[in-house]
Amino acid sequence: MKNIKWKHYINYILVGIVTLIFTILAFCGALERSLQVNLEQIAIAMMLAVSLSLVVGFLGELSIGHAGFMCVGAYLGGKISSILVPILGNGLLALAASLLVGGLCAGICGFIIGLPALRLKGDYLAITTLAFGEIVRVLFLNSSSESFGGALGLPTPRFDRKYLFIICFLMVLLTLFVVQNLIRSKHGRAITAIRDNEIAARATGINVTKYKLVGFIVAAIFAGFAGVLFSYTQPNVSSITFNYNYSIEMLVIVVLGGMGNLTGSLIAAAAVTLINSFLQAKLPGDLAVLKDLLYALILIVVVVYSNSPALKNFRDKYNLRNLFAKFSKNKHDSDDSTRWDVVPTKIKMDAILSTDIVVNDPQADKADKPKGDK
Amino acid sequence: MSEFVLETKNLGISFGGLKAVNDVNLQIKQGEIYGLIGPNGAGKTTVFNILTGVYQPTEGTFYLNGRELRKLPQEKINHAGIARTFQNIRLFNNMTVRRNVMVGLHNRPEFKCTMLESMLRLPRHFKCEREMKKKAVEILEIFGLADERNTLACNLPYGKQRKLEIARALATEPKLLLLDEPAAGMNPHETEDLRQTVKLLREKYDITILLIEHDLKFVSGICDRITVLNFGTVIASGNTKDALSDPEVVRAYIGK
Repeated sequence: MKNIKWKHYINYILVGIVTLIFTILAFCGALERSLQVNLEQIAIAMMLAVSLSLVVGFLGELSIGHAGFMCVGAYLGGKISSILVPILGNGLLALAASLLVGGLCAGICGFIIGLPALRLKGDYLAITTLAFGEIVRVLFLNSSSESFGGALGLPTPRFDRKYLFIICFLMVLLTLFVVQNLIRSKHGRAITAIRDNEIAARATGINVTKYKLVGFIVAAIFAGFAGVLFSYTQPNVSSITFNYNYSIEMLVIVVLGGMGNLTGSLIAAAAVTLINSFLQAKLPGDLAVLKDLLYALILIVVVVYSNSPALKNFRDKYNLRNLFAKFSKNKHDSDDSTRWDVVPTKIKMDAILSTDIVVNDPQADKADKPKGDK
Repeated sequence: MSEFVLETKNLGISFGGLKAVNDVNLQIKQGEIYGLIGPNGAGKTTVFNILTGVYQPTEGTFYLNGRELRKLPQEKINHAGIARTFQNIRLFNNMTVRRNVMVGLHNRPEFKCTMLESMLRLPRHFKCEREMKKKAVEILEIFGLADERNTLACNLPYGKQRKLEIARALATEPKLLLLDEPAAGMNPHETEDLRQTVKLLREKYDITILLIEHDLKFVSGICDRITVLNFGTVIASGNTKDALSDPEVVRAYIGK
């Protein structure tokens, strides 16, 4: 029983430990400023990755306008905070209010984008979401300097840097709490059913309209939260940040972490952010553009890694799960209710469909036959 | 309450100039196993698609227990009590067998649990999940799939996938179950197994079944009454034996 519980809460434990360690370090004054900035960036990337994972990994809709939702959150949250901070002081109250407004506005945008998503599929939806992201960005870019600062960017108040990353990580925990609990319930089951087979889900009485909208709205709200936090980390919010590449970066994080795998998304978010800031520091001047090449490379490596048969054997032998299985006594807990951490993903489906994986399957001789073989 | 579970009145649909289904009148009584047969392209699956709300009929209408269901969206028709299986199996392949059935249980009133309750992990969420699991296994036991409840649906052999699809449809607690070629691609042993299961369903759940099937031996062995379609129109209907020996039907199947 202990083992099961531990597995259920792995994401909280992971984020919780990281938060705790760095909080202690921060209060001891052992945390460098640059590292604090990195931590804030990581936490924001984690929030974005987890929320995007809900749409891409679980709902199965390709959305590449996630930066758009974040942009809405950053600008509106930033605006509200710049109004409220003189009144309420630069404290948690102002932060909470701007989070609320930023999240809410992003959620409304999520609803608006969710509506065409009910009719559009695959590439077409990707184009729509991409267009949304760009429209939002350009709108804020062309706003008047009194409203949202236009091309100069919106100056925003900054929270006390020492504590900001702690708040960011607490928000990651909140994101995880909501998304994970949603996924691991009957509603999450309905959402994954829509991903697996929309026609069958409809025929089984699943309200596809409702669940698609819920997916988009929840994802947008948390992207909005991430945007508000982002506005607090920056001296001013400039719309150039939320460009197309930023949306792609998030998508790369989700794919790298394994679609529909929240733990993976968290780790990938940290890894990509760290690599990113490392490269930015190392590459001089114009060469900094080269870091965008990294995303393409990561995607290619992930696709090859998850589809090449030779690598698959290697992966089956030396993966973390086997490693854990060696150390834990409970080697085969076959009950699917305990395996919420592995909601099977599309990438895994390829592995399942190919024939060479069934060799290690204990049920292979009993149940597994190739489909054409009757 | 009408005396018929399903009643269609002059049901028809045309795609552009093509009348795929024309003037189909079905009257299916409570507890019947009713067959819908016909040569390829006769419009059988189209009738199913109309009855489940995938297509809107361009003519006529249909009633379930006297309630008109035309123009309702698919999920509402399912809530009203029509569940179906598909000609080409459509399971949730990446989910385990039990979870497939649990999706079917989703809308049952006894497993009601709002999204907020799930997000906040209130007691009702856990109660609901526990009971759904139990119920799902109960349903799987009828189909002899309980031992495979943790297998991924796509790893099941073909015959069991068919059964799982029926189990999932049954989980939505339908009054009328539409089976689209349930015996397609099955070997004689699996077909016999399926026949037993369908009969059991009727006895145990008092469910009405409308099925499409090409295997005439299966149809004559199980259906009380049938309707034969050809080119979208009804060419014969009535008792299975009489309808199958109708000269018009013989002509449609074998040719003159």
